Amino acid sequence: MELALAPETMARWQFGITTVYHFLFVPLTISLAALVAGLETAWVRTGKQKYLKATKFWGKLFLINIAMGVVTGIVQEFQFGMNWSDYSRFVGDIFGAPLAFEALIAFFFESTFIGLWIFGWDKLPKKLHCFCMWMVSIGTVLSAYFILAANSWMQHPVGYKYNRATGRAELTDFWKVLTQDTTLVVVFHTLTAAFLTGAAFMVGVSAYHLMRKKHIKVMRTSLRLGLVTLVVAGLLTAVSGDSLGKVMFKQQPMKMASAEALWDKAAPAPFSVFSYGDVAKGHNKVAIEIPGLLSFLAHNDFSSPVPGINDVNKSEQQKFGPGDYRPNIPVTYWGFRWMIGFGMTSFAIGLAGLWLTRKKFWLAPGLRTGDEEPPHLALTKNRTLGARLTKWYWRLAFVTLGFPLIANSWGWIFTEMGRQPWVVYGVLRTRDAVSPGVTQGEVITSLVVFTTLYAILAVVEVKLLAKYIKAGPQELSESDLNPPTKIGGDPTDADRPMAFSY
Amino acid sequence: MQLHDIWFVIIAFLWTGYFFLEGFDFGIGVLTKLLARNRSEKRVLINTIGPVWDGNEVWLLSAGGATFAAFPEWYATLFSGFYLPLLLILVCLIVRGVAFEYRAKRPEERWQRNWEHAIFWTSLLPAVLWGVAFGNIVHGVKIDAHKEYVGGVLDLLNPYAILGGLVTLALFTFHGAVFASLKTVGDIRERARRMAGVLGLITAVLAVAFLGWTQADKGDAGSLVAMIVAVVALVAALGANRLGREGWAFAFSGITIAAAVAMLFLTLFPNVMPSTLNESWSLTVTNASSSPYTLKIMTWCAAIAAPIVMLYQGWTYWVFRKRIGTQHIAEAH
Repeated sequence: MELALAPETMARWQFGITTVYHFLFVPLTISLAALVAGLETAWVRTGKQKYLKATKFWGKLFLINIAMGVVTGIVQEFQFGMNWSDYSRFVGDIFGAPLAFEALIAFFFESTFIGLWIFGWDKLPKKLHCFCMWMVSIGTVLSAYFILAANSWMQHPVGYKYNRATGRAELTDFWKVLTQDTTLVVVFHTLTAAFLTGAAFMVGVSAYHLMRKKHIKVMRTSLRLGLVTLVVAGLLTAVSGDSLGKVMFKQQPMKMASAEALWDKAAPAPFSVFSYGDVAKGHNKVAIEIPGLLSFLAHNDFSSPVPGINDVNKSEQQKFGPGDYRPNIPVTYWGFRWMIGFGMTSFAIGLAGLWLTRKKFWLAPGLRTGDEEPPHLALTKNRTLGARLTKWYWRLAFVTLGFPLIANSWGWIFTEMGRQPWVVYGVLRTRDAVSPGVTQGEVITSLVVFTTLYAILAVVEVKLLAKYIKAGPQELSESDLNPPTKIGGDPTDADRPMAFSY
Repeated sequence: MQLHDIWFVIIAFLWTGYFFLEGFDFGIGVLTKLLARNRSEKRVLINTIGPVWDGNEVWLLSAGGATFAAFPEWYATLFSGFYLPLLLILVCLIVRGVAFEYRAKRPEERWQRNWEHAIFWTSLLPAVLWGVAFGNIVHGVKIDAHKEYVGGVLDLLNPYAILGGLVTLALFTFHGAVFASLKTVGDIRERARRMAGVLGLITAVLAVAFLGWTQADKGDAGSLVAMIVAVVALVAALGANRLGREGWAFAFSGITIAAAVAMLFLTLFPNVMPSTLNESWSLTVTNASSSPYTLKIMTWCAAIAAPIVMLYQGWTYWVFRKRIGTQHIAEAH
């Protein structure tokens, strides 16, 4: 009991909960910002009302979501100091810099231009208004980049030296921190996964409306945009995940061995799809394996040896002294599977949707009469899939909306748990990183407060999202169709109601 | 001047920017209960800060991030030491952000009212707590030889710090009232001006007591100058407010905040967090700072980014320069 309530354990739970919660919103924010900016650009260029309607609809969902992303992000910056003060002392010289860069360069961008975008509908010419959304989008991407550079340094510390006099790690090459292979590959993987998330969200919500035969024009456009993004992002997520795996095999062999629950060196090493038994104690009553695939994932050929958990544990003991260097094997093993499984399922559903809604089928003149006709998914040029099957696809696509969120969460849990017992791999142990002066009571208080608050906010957020998803795109008003041509709006309409207000 | 001195100035600057900007939006939050007579006036007040509060808050994140990068020891001691007050501030900032964004997202009166209560309390509490925190930083706290805070929560609630909290609350509310009179039209503008007059007097009494105490305790010639500037600016703000020169009044209430923050940082230097247990255990700009290499990179970043940020944030204020009144508030969507 005493161990379970140790400040380190509590602080880790708090970090896990607040981070995973924060990361429900981040990928959606990143991808929806870009997708909304894209839709608004389409409106500016074509003048078609369906694009403006779509921009406003997705923009609203984006705003509900980014609000939570922003406020939960504040906690992230401060809890290093609160719960992990010895970590902050040890790595502040290195880790603080990308965080400060994020605030100064990315976060200011995002938060300032989002204000301009929300309230600027009747204050800015439409091109400038659209530009603001692109700035928000750039801000979100930069933000992700700096944070992931900081995290990658924890996974694979580079560009620093240990200073015996000050007892801390000190930066020697910031460029290396920003551009090391871990950072670049992780950024690639996280961004592609983010677009997978936003695309699945878009597909799911569009499918919901198409199933109910509502807002067909806007939703058909959104569905196609979502499906294309989903498939492209899904492919790139797999590609980037593969490169990330290869980097990990080199830099954190323990993480990858435990991801596979591979206990002893194998050549060729199989990839375990599923196993039943006790993964925590070496295998396995039932195991479905693909021979040689793990070797391929690690080294690009089907026979190279891959070291197991026991091998890596032994070599780490030689390097760092006696101790247990194994992470929690069931969490890493299953986390890795849930991540890939849920991510790839969404990709597969997207692929099916893209095929089912091909232009020559879905929009074929024989299959529809007008713009507002409810769609039937076509199986072939001459035969539709049938109302019931069409409906099932919409249902499936709607459910898929949540899959990437699960995949993302497990991705982070896997990444962070797989590094244990290290907080900075090979340099600083997690147990040496907690705040020595913070009491058990304080950590428990904050854990309970944050968890309760986040749970309440989750209910609020989901209800609000549901309400606005259900309501669908709104009809456009006079002021939407006649955006101002001057900054600050036209002087003649000074007494006109604001286009958007709190 | 060495790099860690420059970073001390930059962090003081970031806190000044934060209190200047978020100061008035905290004030507006408090005024939703003090000033607004009905729902649509509440909405007018909230909408005066609508486009900018989020950008204002990032000044805090920058101050926090810059402290982490430039003075890791300070960051570690401060945030682990002031654990529970900081937790309360974070909770407030979370609820506050959500309250602004979600308040108008449902038409039910109860929903909106709940968020309005939230806006008031989550603006008031941080406005007090930041003052308490800075009171303690300036006054010094129990820091041991390992740079750890060893006091409790109750140590933070000493008379000096509490007075500091009251000063920031009064000052920010005054600053908010001046901002409200600058950004609104009609009846509410007049009442905001009158209220600013009253709040300004309360602020003057509290601020003179707090700054005087600070000066007597830790002051030198530099801090005395800053204190005089703060007091003169406050009087000027009150005068300009009375004359109906709202732009000037806002500039002067802003200068008051800047000068008061400057005074606190001047009395602090070269400490960043003095120890009351043993002077030699104090955290200073030298023993709390990062390596020169990190500071150099950060200096480049700040030198390039900060002016650009100020430029586009300034532009935001230009875009939304028009006053608003109850007749401008459309139905919520």
